[in-house]
Amino acid sequence: MLEVDTPALSRAAVTDPALASFAVDWHGPEPGRLWLQTSPEYAMKRLLAAGSGPIWQLAKVFRDGEAGRRHNPEFSLLEWYRPGFDHHALMDEVIDLVSELLAGRRALAEPERIRYQDAFLQHAGVDPFAADVPALRVACTRHALVPPPGMPEAQVEPWLDLLLSHVIEPRLGCGRLSFLYDYPPAQAALACIRRDETPAVGSRFELYLDGVELANGFHELGDAGEQRARFEADNRARVRAALPVMPVDEALLAALASGLPACAGVALGFDRLLMLAANAGGLDAVLAFPVDRA
Amino acid sequence: MATYSTNEFKSGLKIMLDGDPYAIVENEFVKPGKGQAFNRVRVRNLKSGRVIERTFKSGDSVEGADVLDIDMQYLYCDGEFWHFMNPTSFEQLAADATAVGDNARWLKENDLCQLTLWNGVPLSVLPPNFIIARITETDPGLKGDTSGGGGKPATLETGAVVRVPLFVQTDEVIKVDTRTGEYVSRVKE
Repeated sequence: MLEVDTPALSRAAVTDPALASFAVDWHGPEPGRLWLQTSPEYAMKRLLAAGSGPIWQLAKVFRDGEAGRRHNPEFSLLEWYRPGFDHHALMDEVIDLVSELLAGRRALAEPERIRYQDAFLQHAGVDPFAADVPALRVACTRHALVPPPGMPEAQVEPWLDLLLSHVIEPRLGCGRLSFLYDYPPAQAALACIRRDETPAVGSRFELYLDGVELANGFHELGDAGEQRARFEADNRARVRAALPVMPVDEALLAALASGLPACAGVALGFDRLLMLAANAGGLDAVLAFPVDRA
Repeated sequence: MATYSTNEFKSGLKIMLDGDPYAIVENEFVKPGKGQAFNRVRVRNLKSGRVIERTFKSGDSVEGADVLDIDMQYLYCDGEFWHFMNPTSFEQLAADATAVGDNARWLKENDLCQLTLWNGVPLSVLPPNFIIARITETDPGLKGDTSGGGGKPATLETGAVVRVPLFVQTDEVIKVDTRTGEYVSRVKE
């Protein structure tokens, strides 16, 4: 596998409404606004489309507004792509890598793979694909979970996020690696959607250990038209939420149009892995200077 | 009153929730991989002392509570209110039974107490960590007993009842830890 190094600054940025990019002013030729990457995904996909074959990098990434015990606005992602893999084959490889890195530091039970739907049924007692808002409200009440003021309560998505982050995530990865996979299509992000399944699912996975999200992976979406439609839907959601509209990455869309090899990719939070390997409770134990002291 | 963004949340910050003043005990930023970010906080109701959990959307703002901790000297109780004085401004304040609660039994005249004020009105009264008070009543103990034994109850001039070693007698002055309610030592006058 080839190690690559892609730019942290770009003229385009991620459109996902849940991710906030840092903006910087560029004063050289063609001056204007540049963005710090929230992950090296777009640039790495351009390399894949150009025929790089399997690639990896350890990249500094930046996310505005994220600070806490397990969040720092600047952190390191270990990101890699495997042509020919689907998300299940990539989960196997993630298990091999993380098990090797934690060997001798953590005793781990057999890894678990649980579908998003089954995790909700098992831990929150509600079907995320079938439940309406009243049913989700009942599930929250059962777990003494009060929706935050100002949450758009008429939509299903915020309720799912609330249950996922407060009820389900803390119950994942207890002494073992847990993969949550096959997400609702609305949460597919950059994963392809399998419409042959009932219900249709996004071929995405997340890895948890000790209730901490460690990695996010996709069986990658290669369809340029669908990718553009998702970027535009993201930007419409941004307008509704009074968030800035982000410049869509035309270079990525052109690369997808020229042909992305079927592949799977994953981004692993390297600082969090160090934190768990060190049995530390927070990132401040593994960062030289967290943001409040940077 | 100021408003605070969830970005400013930290333990000790005083905020208003449902019309009551609360202090943040613990603040945790949580965010599912690609979804809404939340601040999950544990907050203590400054009126009832009850601790509850609340969730906020990250980036939202909450009204601050006009809550202030201030050291004041205890003066006297008129049967209904406990009166305190600010030792620098000599301003006086009266706290009611709800604010003083069980701590009434530790209040000794002239002791400095910590009052928590909400909109200028006492919400709670914290006695000093240690008070020195005279025993007004206790059973006569046996001579030669050491402080290691089982002890006996003794009533203090402030009204509190504490367990003291058997050798401690009525009219003696003792030091008590108000946080645990435990006898510390005898005090020579």
